[in-house]
Amino acid sequence: MHPEDDLVTRPDVASGRLRKAPENFLDRSGVQTVFAEARDGRRDFIRRAFTTAAAGVAVGAGGNALAQGNPVPTEGGDPNILNLPAHSTGLGQGVVTDGYGKPSKYEANVQRRQSPGLTQTTQASVSFAPLQSLFGIVTPSGLHFERHHQGWWDIDPSKHRLMLNGSDPTLMKSPKVFTMDEIMRLPSVSRFHFIECGANTAVEWGNVAVPTVQYTHGMISCSEFTGVPLKILLDMCGVDYKRGRYLLAEGADGSSMTRTIPMELVESGEVFVAYGQNGEMLRPENGYPLRLVVPGVQGVSWVKYLRRIEVGDAPYAAKDEAVHYIDLQPSGLHRQYTNIQECKSVVTTPSGGQILLDKGFYNITGLAWSGRGKVTKVDVSVDGGRNWRTARLEGPVHSKALTRFNINWVWDGKPAIIQSRATDETGYVQPTYKQLRAVRGTRSIYHNNAIQSWLVQESGEVKNVQLS
Amino acid sequence: MSSSRDAKRLKGAASAVAVAAALWAVGGSAWAAGAQEFPGIGRSATPKEVSAWDIDVRPDFKGLPKGSGTVSAGQDIWEGKCAHCHGIFGESNEVFSPLVGGTTADDVKTGRVAKLTDTSFPGRTTLMKVPTVSTLFDYINRAMPWTAPKSLKPDEVYSVLAYLLNMGGVVPDNFVLSDKTMADAQARMPNRNGMTLDHGMWPGKSMKTAGKPDVKAVACMTNCAPEPNIGSFLPAFARNNHGNLAEQNRMVGAQIGADTTKPESTAPLGTGAAPVAPVAPKPAAAPSGSALINKHGCVACHSVDNKIVGPSFKDVAGKYAGRADGVDYLTGKIRAGGQGVWGPIPMPAQTLPEADARAIAQWLMDGAKK
Repeated sequence: MHPEDDLVTRPDVASGRLRKAPENFLDRSGVQTVFAEARDGRRDFIRRAFTTAAAGVAVGAGGNALAQGNPVPTEGGDPNILNLPAHSTGLGQGVVTDGYGKPSKYEANVQRRQSPGLTQTTQASVSFAPLQSLFGIVTPSGLHFERHHQGWWDIDPSKHRLMLNGSDPTLMKSPKVFTMDEIMRLPSVSRFHFIECGANTAVEWGNVAVPTVQYTHGMISCSEFTGVPLKILLDMCGVDYKRGRYLLAEGADGSSMTRTIPMELVESGEVFVAYGQNGEMLRPENGYPLRLVVPGVQGVSWVKYLRRIEVGDAPYAAKDEAVHYIDLQPSGLHRQYTNIQECKSVVTTPSGGQILLDKGFYNITGLAWSGRGKVTKVDVSVDGGRNWRTARLEGPVHSKALTRFNINWVWDGKPAIIQSRATDETGYVQPTYKQLRAVRGTRSIYHNNAIQSWLVQESGEVKNVQLS
Repeated sequence: MSSSRDAKRLKGAASAVAVAAALWAVGGSAWAAGAQEFPGIGRSATPKEVSAWDIDVRPDFKGLPKGSGTVSAGQDIWEGKCAHCHGIFGESNEVFSPLVGGTTADDVKTGRVAKLTDTSFPGRTTLMKVPTVSTLFDYINRAMPWTAPKSLKPDEVYSVLAYLLNMGGVVPDNFVLSDKTMADAQARMPNRNGMTLDHGMWPGKSMKTAGKPDVKAVACMTNCAPEPNIGSFLPAFARNNHGNLAEQNRMVGAQIGADTTKPESTAPLGTGAAPVAPVAPKPAAAPSGSALINKHGCVACHSVDNKIVGPSFKDVAGKYAGRADGVDYLTGKIRAGGQGVWGPIPMPAQTLPEADARAIAQWLMDGAKK
């Protein structure tokens, strides 16, 4: 007899004590009853399963000719069902095997990746988020795309400081210094926003250059960011908002990255200094412990490792505003300070480099976004833009955030060209390549928001193509 | 700034976030409100602190430190600290895009780089693009040299910049660049008139055409375009340029990645073209002993340092240290179980692969290190 059985048969001992799990309180006859019922139930279950399997074979014989991906094997059953695997017959892992959990090993193909040959040094490079493998609108923090200007650092938050000052003393009454502890004591906001590099899809301005949506569109991610509206900090310093119409945001990394931000965006309450991302602190590759969030504006302005905000009365023409992130027009002029990411979308499933294994039903899905507000509509074409159907927008639809869309499609095995076209709340409609190039030529590099085309071939393989 | 104006402007803004921001700005001046609302947060920056970080230089030269440098001094610094990335003449494309090239004496006169309209010219150098000399000073001062940013003294920055401008034919050999002559250099920048702010992609009212898109499309729904004609796609030789796409897609789902190590199949589905099997991730390296004791639940009864139900792993390691057949013995004990060695509580037989048992035994014999 197990010593604990003694306890459960003696009510005087059991009552008033910390009780064990209920099953230990069954008496012997109760245990026998439960076991007997379980045995009978098991027999019933097995009998039912055979009946169902027989019925299934009958339906399968006259069933849908398109359905081939999951056939009943000739042996009459799938070995994955018939033979119980180790995970059903052995002891699994305990809790906290990993103090900070990781994805399944079977997800190891889902990684951010560099595009070979795009940059010559890894410290001034980019990695692309695997859009083809993501669901919903949130990018897992560990898959968030990266863009570094002089290498990333893991900065000690207890030593990090944020300074606010004016370009001259009259623009700010009291320049201030904040510690991370102080910033995290202030009232916080949490908001979903996309961040897209101004150069996302840049390699495709002239022609097709890369095979998959990861490399065409993967310099975008969407997170729930948490932090303090910058307006609160500026108010504490006594800013002259009449004269101080520009900000300089500056990072603490080697490049001390700098960008000009218009004061209007700060006054609207939208711009905030963020320490949180998807419920955890920012990842070091994304600016730990503090970065600027500038919704709707190209990623380079979301300065990482934010150390300083200067209020000024003129724009700054920082390196990335005077040498890069300027858009060459056919006239030979560059457009300077092109910051807004205009309305754009892309189908992620199916997309380039993938193979459809069968004909039949598919859920076409993808992402849409606009730097000017909410996405209101996404249309999808499977015939290269001749005809369009309006897709379902999956909630929630946030302003200046990724929006997931879905639409049903039955593939008949014939070649198809899949496209998506987004419209935002200002009425702006995502353009075709032809429309975009008619205005801007092919050498802008930045801000390519043209409609993407994926060719589904008869073999099932999907290719990145552009229409002439 | 008056509170009424502040409140009015923010009230006019449509978004809920603006309203939330207004709540913090109500009452007195924004500054007074901010200071009173959050007592104990933030402190005044000292002048010394501000000057340590306030290094930016604007196009109107606000922030430019006093100093000067010559072309020849710049050449020495360049060859020692800059040339290995940028080339002796600023022409290198090995690490970064070239800095110098593509500008002419005529560009220096007009302030527009003519080659920017020449689509056959292979690239764009920094001097072809940058309109403001302040930008170059600021960036060299804050971010160069690449591996030792902010290590140059102001005179060294002036010198290096003088040399760079001289290589581009912007300033003569005897030019002395200083806080006094920066405006002269600016007046000679080859692309100083090469920027336009006439676009709708600046999110503020401070530039000409704020918010007005230049490309206008309509959302046509039926019979919109002619029969599609594919104008551009990746050639077959580039199929595997980005590595095997089968290994870059989830191995389960609506579709899998194409195996680009093999030529593309052109046969339609269902005509004998076998779809490529999903690519499983590469097996991980053999797990360590400390991973295996977690995996197999050993830590339910043992810990590395302390006795729980059974002895600590350190104690086990100590007992058998030096025993020649220790690994074999412990492998057997783990799999068969036992009783009496460490007291009356039995250890049940463990079902785990022999290789794992052996790895745990080896780990014990190696001292049971965490």
